[in-house]
Amino acid sequence: MARPDETATGMCEPSPTEAVEDDLGDLYEHAPFGYLSTLMDGTVVRANATFLAMVGRTPADLVGRVRFPALLPVGDRIFYDTHFAPLLAMQGEVREIAVELKRPDGTRLPVLVNAVVKPSAGGRPAVIRLSAVAAVDRRRYERELLRERRRAERSEAEARHLAQILQASFVPAALPGVPGLDVAGVYRPAGSGDEVGGDFYDLFETGHGWGLSLGDVCGKGARAAVVTGLARYTLRAAGIQDARPAEVLSLLNQALLRERTDRFLTAAYARIQHDDAGRPRLTLSLGGHPPPVRVSREHPSGPVGDPGDLLGVFGDPKLRETEVGLSPGDVLLFYTDGITEGRGPGDAMFGEERLLRSLEAVHGADARGVAEHLVDEVVAFQSGLPIDDIAVLVLRVPD
Amino acid sequence: MDVIARNNVHISGNPSGTPMIFAHGFGCDQNMWRFVAPAFEEDHRVVLFDHVGYGGSDLAGFSAERHSTLDGYARDLLEICRELDLERAVFVGHSVAAMIGVLAEIEEPERFERLVLVGPSPRYIDDADYVGGFSRADIDELLESLDGNYLGWSGAMAPVIMGNPDRPELGEELTNSFCRTDPAIARQFARATFLSDNRADLPRVRARTLVLQCSADVIAPTQVGEYVHRMIPGSELVLMEATGHCPNLSAPEETVAAIRAFLRS
Repeated sequence: MARPDETATGMCEPSPTEAVEDDLGDLYEHAPFGYLSTLMDGTVVRANATFLAMVGRTPADLVGRVRFPALLPVGDRIFYDTHFAPLLAMQGEVREIAVELKRPDGTRLPVLVNAVVKPSAGGRPAVIRLSAVAAVDRRRYERELLRERRRAERSEAEARHLAQILQASFVPAALPGVPGLDVAGVYRPAGSGDEVGGDFYDLFETGHGWGLSLGDVCGKGARAAVVTGLARYTLRAAGIQDARPAEVLSLLNQALLRERTDRFLTAAYARIQHDDAGRPRLTLSLGGHPPPVRVSREHPSGPVGDPGDLLGVFGDPKLRETEVGLSPGDVLLFYTDGITEGRGPGDAMFGEERLLRSLEAVHGADARGVAEHLVDEVVAFQSGLPIDDIAVLVLRVPD
Repeated sequence: MDVIARNNVHISGNPSGTPMIFAHGFGCDQNMWRFVAPAFEEDHRVVLFDHVGYGGSDLAGFSAERHSTLDGYARDLLEICRELDLERAVFVGHSVAAMIGVLAEIEEPERFERLVLVGPSPRYIDDADYVGGFSRADIDELLESLDGNYLGWSGAMAPVIMGNPDRPELGEELTNSFCRTDPAIARQFARATFLSDNRADLPRVRARTLVLQCSADVIAPTQVGEYVHRMIPGSELVLMEATGHCPNLSAPEETVAAIRAFLRS
């Protein structure tokens, strides 16, 4: 059996396959899309039967009488004048324009329109040829997608807002004044700050002094946030009774174990009191937390305190206490591992060396200046997007 | 931010000629002037730019707050004038850009000697005796029409477009690019445009002003052009034979001739 293309007889005779569709008039009139020709100003000059059926009109209604945009609702008409017509004039064609065709009975048919300009030639004016394909289901689906997308954007904004409110509850809105000390705290969430983290700090007045806490719950998100809130307020409730710092941390450890959470945390707690000369003196205890760093003229600069054990894991964690005296000009920095474990160029960690250098570089600045300089440096080291939350609390004894 | 890059400013023509700055309206970009601006290059220093969000502008320059009203766009225009040190310039603004020019002229009149307002409307929505041509519901319908026509804008394409506004090899992908913008920005510009009311600003214009009014313009009907002419002291009104809202594209010769006659007067 001959294949159809082998029986073709050349340019002059229609091939048998072409002969199946040799009624060009019918091919035009009953094409599976509306076919419309207009002058450049939109005046209809010809429309096929499919288009007439789409808009429920006769040739006499349209030809020479109506401009194409008059068949559109007002919004689409503005779109025609501000986008469709200019695009046609500039690039000679437009594609996939979504509009609705108005019918005399008030109903509308959503269509997708393509159009090309046939330039003027031989005394004939330029013509716009438009095809209109009904797109009822497609447009409905697109509108649903758009609605869902807007809803998703709203939920995302709401979730971000909730995270920020929750996050803000992990640090005091303002630090209280402590006699003889200049204090400042900075909190910087990981990444772009959309997710609630697990770092916290606090500074509050107790019966006979002040309590300071700073810690880091493992993990992020809502579950970590529950533990972070529990930790900050348990430390505050225990600290306010002027309990010894190791005892305060031990109470938090018991609370965590009773909570049966699988989240553990590290924390620093210090009781701040003043000696007879009015100089601040800290009693410090650490639950698996990086020791605070002291920069001082009287002592070698470096970490102070015994790291101790993590909280929320052992029934009887090792928690020791260290006495820390501060002299005029001394700076004591509490921080979370978002500082030292920040990853920079070549996967290098920011580390304790850089931390110490950063502190020494701003020696003499006030507590806020020290805290902000350090955090800025760590964020810059990670190209602006820190991988972990960062919390720092700086105590400085004015000269 | 670099104003020249932000607004994709292009300068051509006679460096010692009177500066002439063209501003496009809502919808497409500075290409709207491609058949008109070249006619003035011999005598003028011609400045073209894109509003932020359109054409080759830097989307980072878009601010939801600043660009929520036409004043923000007028500030952009004045920043371009300052950067280029334009004084006593001819401003040609199409559609909503006509009002952006009016606002800029009121703010810094020394920058503009003449204003050419092509299809201006100080308010699109009818208000008591004032006929703007539209109802509030019509404008909501336009916003819906914009939602349905993202003109090739999808999240996946956006970085390509933003990074390479002029890459010809993207040819096929860039169909409709003259009118392409981030749908959220288009929505906001549409609101700033069609919900604006600058009627009270018109009497404060001091520059010599030409109002170019098309026939059968749905967006800025003839009575609106006549209103603008009545309210701007000493302005001239030219009723054009061109139909529709974009004589700069549909009848560039007539548009050029009308502007030339005004500049000679």
